[in-house]
Amino acid sequence: MMRSIPVVLAAFTLVPLAPAADWPQFKGPNAAGVSDEKGLPAEWGKGTNVAWAADLPARGVSCPVFVGGRVYVTASSGQRDDRLHVLAFDAATGKQLWHRQLTATGSTACHPKSCMAAPTPVADGSGVYALFATGDLAAFDADGTLRWYRSLVGDYPTVSNQVGMASSPVLVGDKLIVPLDNAGDSFLAAVDAKYGKNVWKTARPRDINWTTPLVRSVAGGGTEVLLLAPKDLTAYDADTGAKRWSYQPGGKGSIPSPTLAGDKLLLPVGGVQAVTLNDKGVVGDPSWKAGAVQTGMPSPLLYDGRVYVVNGSGVATCADAATGKVLWKERTKGAYSASPVAGDGKVYLLNETGTTTVLKAGDTYDVLATNDLGGETLATPAVADGSLFIRTDKSLYRVGAKK
Amino acid sequence: MPPPVPRRWLAVAAALAVGIPLHADDDIARSLKTLRAVGPEGKGNEDAGPAWKALVAKGGPALLPTLAAMKDADPAAVNWLRTAADAVAEGERTAGRKLPAGPIAGFVTDTANAPAARRQAFELLRVEDAKAADTLLASLVEDPSLELRRDAIERALKANTVSSRTMTSDPRHEQYLSLFKAARDKDQVEALAKELDGYGKRVSVTEHFGYVTHWYVVGPFDSPAGKGFATPFPPESAVDLAAKLKGKGGVDVAWKPAVTADKYATVDLNAALGKSMDAAGYALATLKADKEQPVEVRVASQNAVQIFLNGKKLFEREEYHHGERMDQHVGKGTLKAGENQLLVKVCQNNQSESWAQKWAFQARVCDATGGALPVTQVVARDSGPKVVPLGFTPAVAEGKK
Repeated sequence: MMRSIPVVLAAFTLVPLAPAADWPQFKGPNAAGVSDEKGLPAEWGKGTNVAWAADLPARGVSCPVFVGGRVYVTASSGQRDDRLHVLAFDAATGKQLWHRQLTATGSTACHPKSCMAAPTPVADGSGVYALFATGDLAAFDADGTLRWYRSLVGDYPTVSNQVGMASSPVLVGDKLIVPLDNAGDSFLAAVDAKYGKNVWKTARPRDINWTTPLVRSVAGGGTEVLLLAPKDLTAYDADTGAKRWSYQPGGKGSIPSPTLAGDKLLLPVGGVQAVTLNDKGVVGDPSWKAGAVQTGMPSPLLYDGRVYVVNGSGVATCADAATGKVLWKERTKGAYSASPVAGDGKVYLLNETGTTTVLKAGDTYDVLATNDLGGETLATPAVADGSLFIRTDKSLYRVGAKK
Repeated sequence: MPPPVPRRWLAVAAALAVGIPLHADDDIARSLKTLRAVGPEGKGNEDAGPAWKALVAKGGPALLPTLAAMKDADPAAVNWLRTAADAVAEGERTAGRKLPAGPIAGFVTDTANAPAARRQAFELLRVEDAKAADTLLASLVEDPSLELRRDAIERALKANTVSSRTMTSDPRHEQYLSLFKAARDKDQVEALAKELDGYGKRVSVTEHFGYVTHWYVVGPFDSPAGKGFATPFPPESAVDLAAKLKGKGGVDVAWKPAVTADKYATVDLNAALGKSMDAAGYALATLKADKEQPVEVRVASQNAVQIFLNGKKLFEREEYHHGERMDQHVGKGTLKAGENQLLVKVCQNNQSESWAQKWAFQARVCDATGGALPVTQVVARDSGPKVVPLGFTPAVAEGKK
């Protein structure tokens, strides 16, 4: 049954945002890809409107995250890609604050486009939690002190995804949610942020998956972790790991992550479909399904009542969030792995070769600027503190005015 | 003249010189003991966090004891230790103190230390004294640390290229040959083989890596919905090359020879056993060793695999069509003196995609560095068993490409 358009539109427009400035995880607060920062840059280039650039020790497809004036980045290196790096930078100056290295304890096999630094770290005021595709998981205090370390492949030896894992961890209070869907001991776990010990570990289907979990508070009480996988979307109780409900969207979803806005959920399955959630799960049929709103690896963006996607070959699409009706579809330059992000009335599309197409958010395709930094850019930028933080294979850039 | 070594480092250097435990400091020793004691699922993390902090707070004197403690440590403990060494070195540099190049070079040179720790020490040395590090690297072409070995070979190749510009004669092929023997990484091995080929000196990459090229294969056995992976078909309990076995669909199957001439010794089971889905197949090789020795059996396959050596399962991985990479699966075991039976089980599922039709594997036997072992293959001939080297292929033996 079709819901009334004004109600759906209102729900999609009221996107809850995390506290200003921080961008603590994959795609920012609850993976929405949206910042409420103002004065974000529209134009930049090498030497223009770039506050600083810092060298990175190695490649990574994980995204930078920003908390409390620090930018955290992971990377991996070595002939076998078995050297894992975690770095912290001062966001104001670009100075490297610390650099720690781990030796991979799990398999380093993966698709050549990816690497072991594929999951995006998650940070809070106390520090950063870095998961690698090798199953190595470490928590560092903000000053670089190792708080704890886990070898998840050492703990669960059959863990394996020879294509390479990339799902990112998220924080729920004092629990770190670790998604490890894989072909062996497949699981979703919560470990305590203080010591890294299991709070719960819930078995998952033995299937490979790259999506990042979403978190939502349920009106009836408690918090749920939502995980989209090839066969279904499943909600787990964040306190216990118990399965609460599941939903079969009727297609295969395993690379782009869904986007949550209040009780509305965008599922990147067979294009994009919009469903409504209540305390028990998905209510009725999807509000809309739009096969023409095609995502590739990038996840969909919901911003100011519109859905933006860009696929692997650079075709960007904008649809009405209330109806799924396509408002425009345009081809941009290059291929894409990074997800679109938005803020300050702008939508940023970063392709794989360092070029960002900056759009004015709206019903028409309005390009404000096309900016080139060069380098390989597969990671979604962080938007924080009035700037964009873009990582290439060699450098971390703060794009915006100097602080 | 080298910079003076700080006094607090002299004690460490002295300890190294006389071979006493490096972690003579009680506080350091306690911290290291705690970090080495971490266990599965975060066991010991409550104590390890404070111990890590205490260790790092000791500064420079904790560096070499921390690196030394990585020897024979659990992989989880190694990461506690290596991050502590990172933090100590970073702290010393931030404080404007230099790390003592001499003791660090000594640590790198001592191959009794853990390869990863030696590599970490080498990287510290490279920052402190790049020239000393480069000189040291020249001696590490056959190092047990694969990272050091790789860089040493790379260094030698560069040095060779530069010096050759002024050479009137060209003795490089001798050095290339020794570098080829030392190389363990595929890209370096391939590059060196190509260089040697340019000198008319053909070398076998297949032999270099110790690939098994002569097998007996049997199958297919039935593996509906992947169940055959956990089903021990008759070859897992006893090998009788003359036996008739019940295969998929009740069809009789029998062992038959399968020889591969592929450079990386890929055995195509679709070709050897007939294309089949939901199937399990086995490959058996007889390896002859002159003494008992540790061995790594390294397999690559897009299919689910199990590795058995003399009836003992060394490794299994139930994963289908997620990619194939040299040495992706490693089974560690022991070869006995005399003949050994290496059995590889390879299962195919029922995916319909074109890229999921491959049913194949490659296997090699080597030491912990990836170097081929002095082991031979026993090959059946009409005239009786014959022994050939690992990597032997008739095409190479006959001088064909």
